Amino acid sequence: MTAISDTTERHGLSPAQYLICLTGIVWREALRFIHQRERFISALVRPLVWLFIFAAGFRQVLGVSIIPPYETYVLYEVYIAPGLVAMIQLFNGMQSSLTMVYDRETGGMRTLLVSPFPRWWLLTSKLLAGTIVSILQAYVFLLIAWFWDIEPPAIGYLAVAPALLLSGFMLGALGMLISSLIKQLENFAGVMNFVIFPMFFASSALYPLWRVKESSPLLYYVCELNPFTHATELIRFALYGQVAWISLTVVLGCTAAFLFGAILAYDPARGFLARREGG
Amino acid sequence: MKPSAAAQIPALDVDHVGHRYGARVALKDVSLTVRQSSFTVLLGLNGAGKSTLFSLITRLYAISSGKIRIFGHDVAKEPGAALSKLGVVFQSRALDIDISVRQNLMYHAALHGIASKRANELIGQVLDRVAMTDRSGDRVGNLSIGQMRRIEIARALLHQPRLLLLDEPTVGLDIKARADILDHVRRLSEVEGIGVLWATHLIDEAGAGDDVAVLHKGSVLAHGTVGDVIAKSGGGDLRDAFNRLTGVADQDELEAVR
Repeated sequence: MTAISDTTERHGLSPAQYLICLTGIVWREALRFIHQRERFISALVRPLVWLFIFAAGFRQVLGVSIIPPYETYVLYEVYIAPGLVAMIQLFNGMQSSLTMVYDRETGGMRTLLVSPFPRWWLLTSKLLAGTIVSILQAYVFLLIAWFWDIEPPAIGYLAVAPALLLSGFMLGALGMLISSLIKQLENFAGVMNFVIFPMFFASSALYPLWRVKESSPLLYYVCELNPFTHATELIRFALYGQVAWISLTVVLGCTAAFLFGAILAYDPARGFLARREGG
Repeated sequence: MKPSAAAQIPALDVDHVGHRYGARVALKDVSLTVRQSSFTVLLGLNGAGKSTLFSLITRLYAISSGKIRIFGHDVAKEPGAALSKLGVVFQSRALDIDISVRQNLMYHAALHGIASKRANELIGQVLDRVAMTDRSGDRVGNLSIGQMRRIEIARALLHQPRLLLLDEPTVGLDIKARADILDHVRRLSEVEGIGVLWATHLIDEAGAGDDVAVLHKGSVLAHGTVGDVIAKSGGGDLRDAFNRLTGVADQDELEAVR
């Protein structure tokens, strides 16, 4: 027994142990997800309301011309489906951030951070766990949407998985960064107003950007700069078996930046936690 | 390292540590040690700085002045080695109430890189130690507060730490549950040789043979065995000693203001 603890002491934690830690965090997130059925249902109902009601109402108002990746005229429902998938991930990312604030107020976050693994590993594992949950939600949504005549090619269902992994990571990392800045649980309403809504509406999720450009060039540039636009386009092109290279680059860059920011924020030496009393 | 030298290293060594929140000083030049296999009571009223000290020891906050060592490992420089020897029971609830006791403990084992086969053995041992074996399949939300505390302690002991920190572990418990928990942890330090730092504002939780550190408004006013602290203050018992020490400190402060 002493011999074992001595070796751990000298060599630190092994790669196998890093993997155990990662799987443990993903497994716990999955368990929580299964046990919180309301969370799953509300995550699903939200995009479905947009699809069934909003899109049906707007079908006649908004005509969508033939733009890549589509090869024919598409119904408005078909156009907004990828944006709704991205919305699922946006909400999920912000909800994970809410969980982190909640965890911090109970002891869950402390338990996580007292683990002897380096913090960047703990936070990245947590992020991956949240992303996997959001991918599951996205596939369930796509399945329901299929019955609503949103039928991308079979290859699209496969190609969208890595796109979802990336966009989920980016939005999760953004949520994590925000979670380090929120003081209390109540501020989540603020996140809704100041992060979720602007990101969702000022993007290509609901309307093609050429239409936005016609009405307001300024808004068009805002949309182009919005990382959420690129998450949406990455998913949209992937669903039709194509790669949106610019969006891919933007999403990768933003993921790196947000993750780096979150790790810095949760680093005790540089972080914001210590400046906050009783946090 | 020779065994004798290893035995002398304190389980916890807080060395001239200070901390401030903006302009407010929360801890002022705090030094205290927890000897190996000792039961040390950190006594202080609410707001004395106990929780801040815990946040520094567990590396939630960075240590801006002074040093904290766990079995000789500097928390700031070798966090992995230091934290692997440390178990903590936080004041706020750290268990997931939606999932079972065993699932909570499996998660904690993973956070320490313990593979599931070994984790199962260890879970059996710690549940046995806190007499909760028969509840391992229960949802945590269905347990009483006292039982949850016991599971929290089991959780903190899972990775076989040599130092256990408890932040006001008896808050919200009835008299019997309180005595139970105190008894359990005391036995742990005696039988298993775990160094314990028990933070509380309840003076009667300190026993005659314990070490005690009196923390008041961010400063350690007295540190030693219960006997030493009583002798130093000139009081009749620990309560008297505590009142005298904190009363004197407040008096000094008043005079300093004048």
